[in-house]
This record gives sequence, structure tokens and C-alpha cells, in this order.
Amino acid sequence: MYVCFLFFGSDYISIEGSTITLEQDSVEDEMEIATVRHRPEALELLEAQSKFTKKELQILYRGFKNECPSGIVNEETFKEIYSQFFPQGDSTTYAHFLFNAFDTDHNGSVSFEDFIMGLSILLRGTVQEKLNWAFNLYDINKDGYITKEEMLDIMKAIYDMMGKCTYPVLKEDTPRQHVETFFQKMDKNKDGVVTIDEFIESCQKDENIMRSMQLFENVI
Amino acid sequence: MAAGVATWLPFARAAAVGWLPLAKKPIPKPPSDKRPRGDEILVVNVSGRRFQTWQNTLDRYPDTLLGSSEKEFFYDEDSQEYFFDRDPEIFRHVLNFYRTGHLHYPRHECIQAFDEELSFYGIIPELIGDCCLEEYRDRKKENAERLAEDEEAESATDLSLPPDSTVRQRLWRAFENPHTSTVALVFYYVTGFFIAVSVIANVVETIPCQPPPGRKRQQPCGDRFPLAFSCMDTACVLIFTGEYLLRLFAAPSRCRFLRSVMSIIDVVAILPYYIGLVMPENEDVSGAFVTLRVFRVFRIFKFSRHSQGLRILGYTLKSCASELGFLLFSLTMAIIIFATVMFYAEKGTRSTNFTSIPAAFWYTIVTMTTLGYGDMVPSTIAGKIFGSICSLSGVLVIALPVPVIVSNFSRIYHQNQRADKRRAQQKVRLARIRLAKSTTTNAFLHFKRNGGLQDLGSAAHALAVRNCSTFEQQHHHLLHCLEKTTVSGGVGLELGGGVGGSGGAGGLCGGRWGVGAGGLEREAGSQDSWVHSLSPSTSPSRSSLNAKAHENMMLHYDGLDLAAALTSIPTPPSNTPESRPPSPRALPNSSLPAPYLPHRMVKISSL
Repeated sequence: MYVCFLFFGSDYISIEGSTITLEQDSVEDEMEIATVRHRPEALELLEAQSKFTKKELQILYRGFKNECPSGIVNEETFKEIYSQFFPQGDSTTYAHFLFNAFDTDHNGSVSFEDFIMGLSILLRGTVQEKLNWAFNLYDINKDGYITKEEMLDIMKAIYDMMGKCTYPVLKEDTPRQHVETFFQKMDKNKDGVVTIDEFIESCQKDENIMRSMQLFENVI
Repeated sequence: MAAGVATWLPFARAAAVGWLPLAKKPIPKPPSDKRPRGDEILVVNVSGRRFQTWQNTLDRYPDTLLGSSEKEFFYDEDSQEYFFDRDPEIFRHVLNFYRTGHLHYPRHECIQAFDEELSFYGIIPELIGDCCLEEYRDRKKENAERLAEDEEAESATDLSLPPDSTVRQRLWRAFENPHTSTVALVFYYVTGFFIAVSVIANVVETIPCQPPPGRKRQQPCGDRFPLAFSCMDTACVLIFTGEYLLRLFAAPSRCRFLRSVMSIIDVVAILPYYIGLVMPENEDVSGAFVTLRVFRVFRIFKFSRHSQGLRILGYTLKSCASELGFLLFSLTMAIIIFATVMFYAEKGTRSTNFTSIPAAFWYTIVTMTTLGYGDMVPSTIAGKIFGSICSLSGVLVIALPVPVIVSNFSRIYHQNQRADKRRAQQKVRLARIRLAKSTTTNAFLHFKRNGGLQDLGSAAHALAVRNCSTFEQQHHHLLHCLEKTTVSGGVGLELGGGVGGSGGAGGLCGGRWGVGAGGLEREAGSQDSWVHSLSPSTSPSRSSLNAKAHENMMLHYDGLDLAAALTSIPTPPSNTPESRPPSPRALPNSSLPAPYLPHRMVKISSL
């Protein structure tokens, strides 16, 4: 590591615990990709923090590390990966929102811990936690309220992923109508915003949503 | 799907939870996952080298051999591993592809071997990573070109005409490949001679000759001996015209022939003479006529049929047309610029040579090509400065495109060399291959001859079978079955003449002759008599003869010693079988009957 320090001059590398942080000079920005390293927390720690078993964590990490040898995923890679799953439409907007939802410490990159935390909630969490996560996804500016504009953005992003080749062809204002339906269902006090409690309450009343929450547990 | 997408699928599926609260319709159930979720290490044994990898790694590319259930065909229960009988070096790269998602092409490997491995493992070459893709493509193109050349060379040297070829076809072949027949060769050399004569005559007729007695002024030889020169010219033109008409008649596609470069050169070479015949003798047109005579020098281009180097040069210039064009263009630009500058720099000087910009062109060209005749020199200081800049830049501008042209020429020249070498080796190579193939056929024939097809249990059968491998036995059985199916009445596969006789010297199975037979191709012409001399031999003496003849062959043909080979050739068919065994023993002394020997020698030298 000190060799790296000497070699890259203005890069400052410190070893604290098991994470290495980097303060970059603007000149050395291009070296950023090469020099950033991220070592995750110890296996036992992650096992305690998440709801995965050791074996599952091992498999996940091996796959993750293979794809991203530097240990972190940035937004560009995220968008690329997501676009491979939805080739028919444009998934960049939704991937952006999803990235923000995973990047809990908002440092512009998703590390393995963020990844595991997110997956742990989505696959092994309680219904409450999952709904919380979903609310966090919809709440773009993270202010605790989902406004109609935010919902519309999300909706448009999801419909963009569908692409143009749908049958029947989706009309221009289908997202808007969908948002209206959503707000009618969720917004109890009709104040134009949906709070977390309103959201959770309305979802718990909906059987379909409750049932579908159980479906994705066996993904890993 | 691309690299590693399979890794991210669980994540994408998990993120689908984000859609659930928005769903208008109920979400469908996911497919049930029957496979155990554990990850295990697989052992892949490739020709003894053991590779170990996680199962997930191989699962990344489910449409390849290793990623799909196809690999189960190679599973070895006893050792609990997957065994592949392939090259371990290349497998390393294949496995790295699964691990990293990048397929690399190792430069030192043969491109075809690599391709074959890729197709075995079900990986398309388009997946090769960007770092190695260009190298791979270049090598592949080079290889394909070389193979195409090989095929072309083979088909080009396929000089055997169909038996019912017309006069026209034969004539065309004689023109295109002069070495096929003596007449064609003679014609080739005669035309070459006349081209030379014509060119030399053109040159000589302008040399000043001694004036005839009574005249003081020296005259060019052409005026001194007009009759001689015009006779020579007429003769040459007649021959060229005849040749052209014959070629036109023989050409398979007359339109294409008319458009080809060589025919245009031919026409241009003979046309001035005919135009001169037709033209009247008045003064006005004779000036133009004189210009036409210049075109007679084009006859020298007819030599390009005779010289491959000239053809290569012409082809190079054609293929470097763009570089030449660039050279010309940049030179023109520079000439105009410098001529303008020099003209204005020298304008003030009295009695200057630089009278106009076009006049300055000459100076610029002479200076840029570093000729420097000195007929025009600048006298002002500014003129001299610009003149020096002109000569320096001239060197640069000309030096730049030249290496490209040179490298092009070198490439084409080497290609031609290779093609020539290949053509020369082709005969030998084909003969060897034919020999190797024929030994297999003859193995069966001798197996049969030695009684291999008789009933099991006889002595002859046992003897014949002992020396053959299982494969050969089964092959012989197959040929025997074919015989029995098709032909009846005791007729079967028999020895043919020629090369087939090479295996005849021994009743051994084909494979053994591979080494010694290599030298036999030289003897191709003399095979017939050898075969005949051996075939009437009877069984008992055969084994002794076989042993000795085999010895002889191994002794002499390994060394390709022609003289010794001559002595070991058995005596002609007229000899009785009894006298034959002594002859191989007598090989230290050339005891071959004298009248026979010269006959042999003549035969071989004609090869």
C-alpha cells in the first residue's frame, strides 16, 4: 500500500480497520478506477449483520468480486448490468433510482456491504422491512414523503423499461393514470403525499401485495 | 448472455421487490429451483492436467459445452472428474474465459488449432476480447489467404487437359504455360527473341553511322540502311501480329482478352506500322507519323510476359496507386508553392531565368528531387534561402511514401516466391501423398496374396495375420466383403502398374513402407518392370526374396543413392525366378547385364 502511495503521489491511502479510503487529486482522477480498492468486513461480521448463511455469503462474494475486482460498483456499471436484463427498453432511469436505493451511505458507489444489506432485506427481511425498502426506493429525495412527481418519475422509469414493443401499445398517459390509481389507494388523508405509515398501512391491507412479498425468498 | 450476467440475475430478481407495491395484477410465482444451492468444486482433467473450478464459474455460459449438461458425457465415474482428451495449453485459456469473461488468443498457438478447440468447447470466436481480437483476425486472414493460394496453386498446376480438348483449348494452354510442351516453349523463346531484335533495331537505327563514300555528313543508321531496317521491322510486326491473332483466337473469353493489359500493349506495339502503311506521304501528317513511331518502344513491355519481375513491379505500382497518388499530389502542391515564391523572390533581378511561374516549375522540380542541373539558379539572397528550403522539403516529401511502396513490393514479391516454391515442391509432395495412400491399398492386395483370405487355421493365413494390427485385419475384412459383394468368379482387386508396385517387394502390411518408400518416387518411371519381375514368384522363394529386397530398400533408398539403386533393381522379366535371388546378393558389384543398364539410366534421367 505504501508503494502505491509513493507511486501515485498525491493519493492518500490509510488502512483503518478493513476499509481503505482514498482521497483523490483532481489530476489523478483517471487513476481512480485503478487504485480504488475495497475490502469488505469480515465474514463473521457480515453474517451477523445480514440474514445470509456463511456459504451463501461466500457464493455471493465470489460472484461479486469476479465481476468487480475492485470491490465496488459504480453507477455506470450498475446501469450496464441492468440494461442487459431488459434489452427491449431503456432501463437507465430505473437503474439510477435503484442505485440510489442501494447506495445507503450516498458515496456514489455500491460496496459489497451495501449490496449484502440490500439483498438481505429484500430476500430475508420481514414484510415490514421490505415495504420500508420499497418506500425508500420511491422516495427519491429521501425526505420521508412520496410526492406525485416522484411517483411519476418512478412510474415512467418502469414503463421505459418495458420499451415500445408492448401489446397493446401503451398510451402516453398510462404512467400518469397508474400514479393516480396508486395515490387513490395509498394516500389516505388526500394531502397529495404518501408518508411511510400510510404506505405500510395500505400495503398491509392489500392481499396481493402481501402474497407477492413472499415469492422472492428463494432467489439466492 | 454476456459475461457475468448470470451472477447478477439473483440481484435483479431481488430488486423486483421494488415493483410489488405498484403492481396492478398479481405477481406470478417464480419457477421452483430444484438444484441444491450449494457450490461445489469440479475437477476437470484435460490430458492429465487437472483444473479445478467452482461449478458456478462454469454455469456462467450455459450455451457452451462446459456450461451445459453436455459435459456429463465426459464424466468419469471412477475418478469423479470430467476428462477431456484435448490440448491442456489451450484449455487454460478456455477456462480463463469462464473465470474472467475475457477470451484471450495466445499468440504462439496455431490459429487453426485454437479455432478447433473453440468449436469443440462451443465458444464462438467473436467472444475473443478486444485485446486479442485484432491479432486473431489478422492471423486468420493470413491463414485463409495462404490456404487460398495453396488451392489456387494446386488448381493452376493441374495441367492435365481433358482428353477431348479442342485445338483452341490446347493452344490457349500452350500460350499461358509455355513449359507444358516443346512447341510452346519454342514459340515462347522465338517471340522473346523477336521482341529483343525489334527493340534493338529501334535503338540502333538512330545511331549515327559512317556516311557512305561521297557524302560528308553523318547520318543515323536508319537513314543509311533504310531497306534493312524496314525489312526487320516488317518481319517483327508480322510475327507480333500473328501471335496476337492466335492469342485472340485461342482466348476462352475474347472480350476479357481484348480488355487485358497485355493485349493492349500488343496492339499498341504493332499499330504504328499499320498506320504508317495506310498514311499518305505528305508533309503535314508525317510529323504526326513520326510521333507514332515513338510508340514502337512499347514493344519492350511485351517482355513482361517473359519476366515475372516486371509483372510484379507492375502489380505493385497498381496496388500502390493511392500512395503514388498522394506522392504526386503533395509534390504538385509543393512545386506550385515554391515556384511562386521563387518567381517573386527573383523577379527583381535583371536577366533572370525565372521568367514566369511555370518557368520556375522546372527549377523547383529539379531542386526538390535533388538533381540540381544548375541551368537555373537563384541570385538574390531571398531566392537562395527559399531555394534551400525547397531542396530540404523535397527530400522529405519524396521519402515519405516510398517506404510504403517498397513494403508493398516486398510483400508481393515474397508471396510470389512462396507460390513458386510451392509449385516446385508440389509434384514431389503429391507423389509422396499418392504413394502413402497406395500402400494402404496394396497392403490388402498382399494380404490376400499371402493367403490371408483363405480359411482360418491355414499356415499362410497365420503368417499373414501375424504381422497385421487389429485395425488392418478389420480393414482387410471389409475390403474382402466388398469384393464378395460386387465381383464374382474369382476376380478381385489386383495390382495395378506404376506406383502401386512399390509395396510389392514385401508381403508386409502397408505401414512399414512409409519410411523407405519416400525415395521411391524417383523410381516412379521404373516401377512397372519391377512389379512384373516380382509378381510371378512363388511362395517358398518369396520369403527369402522379400527379406533381401526389404534389406536392399532400407539400405539404399534411405540414402537416395541413385547408383546403388540402379544396381539393386532386379533383372528384367526375362530372367527366370531361379536366377533372381542371386541378384540382390550381388549388389556390391554392379553385375547387372550391361545392355540393360543404359536403358535404365536413360529412363531415370528423363525424370
